[in-house]
Amino acid sequence: MQLLNKKTNFNFMSKRKIAAVFSLLLILASIGSLITQGLNFGIDFTGGTMIELSYEEDVKLENIRTKLEQNGYGDAIVQNFGSIHDVLIRLPVHASENMAELSNRIVAALQADHDSAIDVRRVEFVGPQVGEELTEQGGLAMLYALFGILIYVSFRFEYRFAIGSVVALVHDVILTLGFFSVSQLEFDLTVLAAILAIIGYSLNDTIVVFDRIRETFLKVRKGTSEEIVNRALNDTLSRTLMTSLTTLLVVTSLFVFGGEVIHAFSIALLLGILIGTYSSIYIASNTILFMGVSKADLMPVEKDDEDINEDGSVV
Amino acid sequence: MNHYPAWKNALVLAVIIIGGLFAMPNLFDKDPAVQVSAGRYGSIDLELMSQVETALKAQSINYTRAELQDNRLLVRLTDNETQLQAQEVLKNEIKGDYTIALNLASTTPSWLSSLGAEAMNLGLDLRGGVHFLMEVDMEAAVKLSLESFASEFRALLRDEKIRYKKIKVEADKIVISFRSAEHRDSALAKIKDDYNDLEIAALELGTTPALTVGLTEVLIRETKNTALQQNIITLRNRINELGVAEPTVQQQGDSRIVVQLPGVQDTAQAKKILGATATLEFRLVDFEHDAQDAINGRVPPNSKLYYHRNGQPYLLKNQVMLTGEHIINSRSTLDADSGTPAVSVTLDGKGARIFSNVTGDNVGNPMAVVFIESKTETRKIDGEMVKVRRQLPQIISVATIQSQLSKKFQITGLDSGAEASELALLLRAGALAAPIEIVEERTVGPSLGQDNIDKGFQSVMIGFAFVLVFMIIWYRVFGAVANIALAANLVLIVALLSLLQATLTLPGIAGIVLTVGMAVDANVLIFERIREELRVGNSPQASIDAGYSKAFSTIADANITTLIAAIVLFSFGTGSIKGFAVTLSLGILTSMFTAIVGTRAAVNLIYGRQNRPKLSI
Repeated sequence: MQLLNKKTNFNFMSKRKIAAVFSLLLILASIGSLITQGLNFGIDFTGGTMIELSYEEDVKLENIRTKLEQNGYGDAIVQNFGSIHDVLIRLPVHASENMAELSNRIVAALQADHDSAIDVRRVEFVGPQVGEELTEQGGLAMLYALFGILIYVSFRFEYRFAIGSVVALVHDVILTLGFFSVSQLEFDLTVLAAILAIIGYSLNDTIVVFDRIRETFLKVRKGTSEEIVNRALNDTLSRTLMTSLTTLLVVTSLFVFGGEVIHAFSIALLLGILIGTYSSIYIASNTILFMGVSKADLMPVEKDDEDINEDGSVV
Repeated sequence: MNHYPAWKNALVLAVIIIGGLFAMPNLFDKDPAVQVSAGRYGSIDLELMSQVETALKAQSINYTRAELQDNRLLVRLTDNETQLQAQEVLKNEIKGDYTIALNLASTTPSWLSSLGAEAMNLGLDLRGGVHFLMEVDMEAAVKLSLESFASEFRALLRDEKIRYKKIKVEADKIVISFRSAEHRDSALAKIKDDYNDLEIAALELGTTPALTVGLTEVLIRETKNTALQQNIITLRNRINELGVAEPTVQQQGDSRIVVQLPGVQDTAQAKKILGATATLEFRLVDFEHDAQDAINGRVPPNSKLYYHRNGQPYLLKNQVMLTGEHIINSRSTLDADSGTPAVSVTLDGKGARIFSNVTGDNVGNPMAVVFIESKTETRKIDGEMVKVRRQLPQIISVATIQSQLSKKFQITGLDSGAEASELALLLRAGALAAPIEIVEERTVGPSLGQDNIDKGFQSVMIGFAFVLVFMIIWYRVFGAVANIALAANLVLIVALLSLLQATLTLPGIAGIVLTVGMAVDANVLIFERIREELRVGNSPQASIDAGYSKAFSTIADANITTLIAAIVLFSFGTGSIKGFAVTLSLGILTSMFTAIVGTRAAVNLIYGRQNRPKLSI
């Protein structure tokens, strides 16, 4: 079975202006949301305590809230987690004698006049200082990743391609962050990992397209840059869709079957794959066209590429 | 053109077989077990084994097997419930310097483990347990070192008969004030002689001549490092006392320690024991002065006011007779006379000598045991979180010295048997060189751990199945080849993880899932190229060859950039994120092999010998 049996000939680049405006609007909306309401950072970044409890019977959240209030934890956020038996309790950083023991005190307080045993499924406590460091390191990690990629791509292609791929990555990261800001889904460490994985994935996609654009530039004698990019996009379209589909399939399986703990992680990945696929066509390619890439720019790299190809066929 | 030389086929085969062998141990479930390991004074031998077996038989606990391994005795049991019972029994029955901990015993057949093949480790989020990140209070470590210099100076100046007004530790230096500049100068000369690695300066505080003594940069660094290393040792000792199998205690950065305790349930107890900063001091009671006067502000120069835990004030001499560091063994017991909880203490040679001298000189005088706890509090001051340290000294008992004491004696005055055993444990394991604070905790209960394993496994399998079906429908024979490569890729990832003894975490499983999705990308790229070549009218054999060679540089570029992202993730990540980065990067590497070399070998075998094959793609 072939998805695109015939040679396709979509004129992707005819819509490039619309796509650019569309992306720009989304980026502005994302940045607007990030500025006005920010991200709903999890305790990994803000510091605090999170306790997941499993009761044998259905839980009345109201009762838990009252009990916590009576014990002086009025600022606790209590919600169901996954099922009606499971509860997630979140507390901000408390100025108290021993923050690390807070979770034990809370569990003891809840268990005190409760008949059946409460199963403590998970406790996470992050001190405010550790949270601050993680936020800083997380931001740095993203910058390092982008920078490393910029260097590699300029070395393998040329600087316009490098800028094109990084613009696409920044686009993907901002939109994903924007989604997390608008939806106010919790942004924790796993989501950050997902975003870094998206950087890897989206780049993978972009590189495949770029590789083909370079090849087409060198092979096709006639035609405007726009036509050549169109040709390359059409040539790789079937592959782009296949890979996105298989990856989406496994990530969907992760989302459905992977459990509550990695929900946010798989949502970020799902979204990132969709945005990444779109951006390698409309953002990355658009950017190099905008920067006026032409055949002459690509000539010196060709030799280099041939070498690798020869190596490749030996393997 | 589509023939692989025999060695290349052999290589592919060999890699897959070896990968399969090393991945195999993961198929075997682990037995619940109780592990007996020895401290310095215990030995693991057949005698111990028969002792253990008798104890278990006496309580009719069914065990499958008891076996001696390098440095431990492992008793395999049938289920988790008997495992807990067995631990309880052995804890009561096996006396001496042994740690009895719960563990999991591998059931890998011996021929396999003799090859060095072992199952990969499961992370705490999969097997349950506690992860602590502890921060050593370095300011306190430096302060403690200054305090000890200060008391050395007191002794030195007294011995040299140099009169001083006051010695005290202020912020990051010691300030010594004198009545006259001559005293100051001779003290300066003396201290400079004896301590050449301190920063000493003479100055006037108002009109009072004084000296300030500070630590050099090098000495500060050394002090901090020593504090960290000593705390690691103490934490290890304490964890051994808790009875945890395979704990991890590691330095992280220059002031933090990571502690991982697989399988630990009682986190409250673990936190209490690990973070306890209690030390003991033995001091003589100053009975010549009145404690009531001291409360009113007239504290005699060589004494200090302390309170008993029952609230009664006592004046104790400044000079410490003995500290907890000379204690080599201690156990909780009952006081023979009163029947109240007590701790019996054994001192080392030096401690015994000091103690017998002081007690010999003071028979008939009262002596106090002071229990000192340092606490770090986080308070909100002007909207900022600020750490405040406090020392809480408390007298736990005052007794008259009946006779000269030496190597062995008892401490009484404890509230309960539980308190006695906790104090005994802390004294045995040693004091922390500087207070520590838990700055991060991640605890996963065993039920969630099992859930995570099940869900992770399920999502890998279902995702995998989706991709398999998809590939067969789209690329038929070539799809089937890609599927075999994908399966081999999974096996190789697991084999590498086991070989490296890496730790598999839930995000690690997510990394594997993602790799499954992305690994087929290489094949998709190749197959699409082959289709293109066929479409242009090239011969099947040429199309296969061109497909592989043209796709290669694209695949390499795409994978290297993903690898860059994965490496950044790894270098930044904390535990679980690292797990994701590890499986992702291993997956990228193995998929390059299976998707390019592996599938090519298979395709060559299928189509290579035919003249004009009809490709099923």
